Amino acid sequence: MSEGNTAAQSYAPGTHPDLPAPIRTTGPVAWVRMNLFSSPLNVALTLVAIGLLWWVMPPLFEWIVLDSVWTAESRKECWDKMEVPEGGACWAFIKDRLRLFVYGFYPQASRWRVNLSFVLLAMAVVPVLYDKMPGRKFGLWYAVAFPFIAGWLLVGGLGLTPVDTDQFGGILLTLIIGVTGISFSLPIGILLALGRRSKMPVMRILCVMFIEFIRGVPLIALLFIASSMLNFFLPPGTVFDLLIRVLIMVTLFAAAYIAEVVRGGLQGIPIGQFEAADSLGLTYVKAQMLIILPQALKISIPGIVNTFIGLYKDTTLVLIIGMLDPLGIGRASLADAVWAGLSREVYLFVALFFFVCCFSMSRYSLYLERKLHTGH
Amino acid sequence: MPASMSDGISEDEIRQPTKELTVGEDVAIEMVAVHKWFGEFHVLKDINLTVNTGERIVICGPSGSGKSTLIRCINRLEEHQKGKIVVDGIELTNDLKNVELVRSEVGIVFQSFNLFPHLTVLENCSLAPIWVRRMRKTEAEEIAMKYLERVKIPEQAAKYPGQLSGGQQQRVAIARSLCMNPRIMLFDEPTSALDPEMIKEVLDVMVELAESGMTMLVVTHEMGFATAVANRVIFMDFGEIIEQNEPHAFFNNPQHDRTKLFLSQILHH
Ligand SMILES: Nc1ncnc2c1ncn2[C@@H]1O[C@H](COP(=O)(O)OP(=O)(O)O)[C@@H](O)[C@H]1O
Ligand SMILES: [Mg+2]
Repeated sequence: MSEGNTAAQSYAPGTHPDLPAPIRTTGPVAWVRMNLFSSPLNVALTLVAIGLLWWVMPPLFEWIVLDSVWTAESRKECWDKMEVPEGGACWAFIKDRLRLFVYGFYPQASRWRVNLSFVLLAMAVVPVLYDKMPGRKFGLWYAVAFPFIAGWLLVGGLGLTPVDTDQFGGILLTLIIGVTGISFSLPIGILLALGRRSKMPVMRILCVMFIEFIRGVPLIALLFIASSMLNFFLPPGTVFDLLIRVLIMVTLFAAAYIAEVVRGGLQGIPIGQFEAADSLGLTYVKAQMLIILPQALKISIPGIVNTFIGLYKDTTLVLIIGMLDPLGIGRASLADAVWAGLSREVYLFVALFFFVCCFSMSRYSLYLERKLHTGH
Repeated sequence: MPASMSDGISEDEIRQPTKELTVGEDVAIEMVAVHKWFGEFHVLKDINLTVNTGERIVICGPSGSGKSTLIRCINRLEEHQKGKIVVDGIELTNDLKNVELVRSEVGIVFQSFNLFPHLTVLENCSLAPIWVRRMRKTEAEEIAMKYLERVKIPEQAAKYPGQLSGGQQQRVAIARSLCMNPRIMLFDEPTSALDPEMIKEVLDVMVELAESGMTMLVVTHEMGFATAVANRVIFMDFGEIIEQNEPHAFFNNPQHDRTKLFLSQILHH
C-alpha cells in the first residue's frame, strides 16, 4: 500500500474490488529486471553468459554460414574457394554424400521404396502423437500396420525386388532401429513392469531375472551376442538376418529400462485407485488398461522419453558390428582421399541430425505432460 | 440426549428422513464365524452378522478396531481366512467370477474418495456401466447424469476431480457407485476427511439414499446420522462385535463398559 495513490483509498469491509497488479511486476522490462538483474549474483551470471555468447557465437556463425562453401567437387576446390583455407565449412562434401547419409547402400533403382516408407512413417506418426486428429481411430490402425507395410516395402519380396538388409544404412538404418525399438519396447516394457509386480511368484521372478540380466549387460555386449552368438541357440543352418537380431536386442534392451521406469510410475499410484477399480467390478486387465496404466504412464513420461532418446542415440553403436548408420557413413566417407580432412563438417552434420530428432522427442514429451495435466 | 453428539454435525442439522424407512425380509449379507488375520495379527474375531435388505447399519468403534476390515471383507477387498460370507446369495470364495459379480452388486465409498483423477466426473461415473455392464456410452452417460443430479452436482460433470471440493468429490464417489445400480452400499468413514462445512452435504445425500430403501453399512462416528437413519448400531473393539442395538437404546443405555467408555469419549470430545 506504500506505492502510488491507491494508498489513500479505503473500502468498507466486503466491498474491496480487484485492482490491477502494480506496473513494475508485469511487462517485458519487469521480466528482464526480475529474471536477469535481480541480484548481484544474477547480474554477474548474466554478464558472464553474454560474454561467453559474444566470444563463441560470431566465429561459429562465420564458419558455419558466412564463410562456408556449398558447391565444390573436392576438398581442395572447397578450400581454394575460401579466403582463408579451412576458414569456413565445406558443406559441398555433405551435399555430395547426402544420398549415402540417407539411404546407405540401398540400390539406386529401388530408392523410391525408401522415400515412400518415409512418407508412410510420417503419416503413421501423426495419429499416434496428436489425439485431436480427425479420423484418429483409423489412423491408429494404420500405425499398427505400418511396420509390416514398411518391412515389406524395404526388404522386398511378394512382387518387389528383394533388397539385402546389409545394404541398409544411414538415416534409413537409424530410423528402422529407432522406430522399431521405440514402438516395441514400450508394450514389452509395460508387460515386464506389470509382471514384476505380479502376485504370481514364477511370473515375478522371470521378469526380475530378465530385467536385471539385460540391465546388467552393456548394449555393445548384447549386440556382439546378437551378431555372433544367437546362431548358437538356433538349429544349425538357420539363416537369421543380422538386422533382425539387432532389432531384437535393441528392443529388449530398451524394454528392460522402460519396465523399470513404468514400475516407478506404477508405484506412484495410490492403493486407493486399485481398490476403487476392483470395487467397481473391473477385471484385472480392464483396471490396468483404464485406470492404472493411464495414470502410471503419465507419471512415467519423462523417464520413458529419456529412455527413447537414449535408445535412439545408442543406435550408432551398430557401427561396431559393421552396420553403417549416419555416423558410420560419415567415418567411411572421411576415408575417401578426395574429401579426407573434413571431419568437423561430418561430425557436426551427424550431431545435428541426432539433435533434431532427440530435441523433438523432448519437446513432444513436455507438450504431452502439459496436455495430460488435469489436477491442481 | 445432548444436541451435539460428535465433533461433526448434530442430529437436528441432518436432513431428517421424510419417508418411512422399512426393512425387507430377505437376507442381503450373511457373515458366519468370520475370522481374519494380518500376518500374526488377529484383526477380525468370530464375526457373526446378518443384514436384511433395506437395513441401515452404522458401525462404530475405536480406531484400529477392525471396522474397515470388516466392511472391506464384504466386497473382498480383504480376504477372510475362516468362516463364511454370503452376499446377495453368492458366497465369497477364491472364485474370481463370483468376486467380480459381488463387486458389481456392492458399492463402496471410501474415506479418501478414490476418484479417478485422469477422468472427468462424467467419465468416472460412466466407466463401470460401460466396461462392466457393457452398456452403450450414451446410455451410461444418461445414467451418470441422473445420479449426478441426485447428488446435486450435475453442473460439475465435465470437470476433473482435482477441481472439486472434498464434499463434491465424495458426492461424485457416491454417484459413481450408484451408477452400477448396486443392491448394497458400504461406506467407510465417508465424512472423516471432509472439512466441517462439507460434512452435511454428504450426509444429506446418504439420508436420501436410505429413504430410497438401499441396504447400507456405514462406518461413521456421526451419531446424528446414526440416530436419524440407522436400524442398528454396532460397536466394535479389538476385532470383535461387542454390542449392537437400535440407535436410541444404544446411545442412551449402552450395556458394555467398553461401549460406555467409547461413547463418553466421542461425546465429550
Ligand atoms: N493391510 C494391512 N496389513 C496389516 N495390518 C493391517 C492392514 N490393514 C489394517 N491393519 C491393521 O488392522 C487393524 C484394524 O484396521 P482397520 O480395519 O483399518 O481399523 P479401523 O477401520 O477400525 O480403524 C489395525 O490395527 C491396522 O493397523
Ligand atoms: Mg478405518
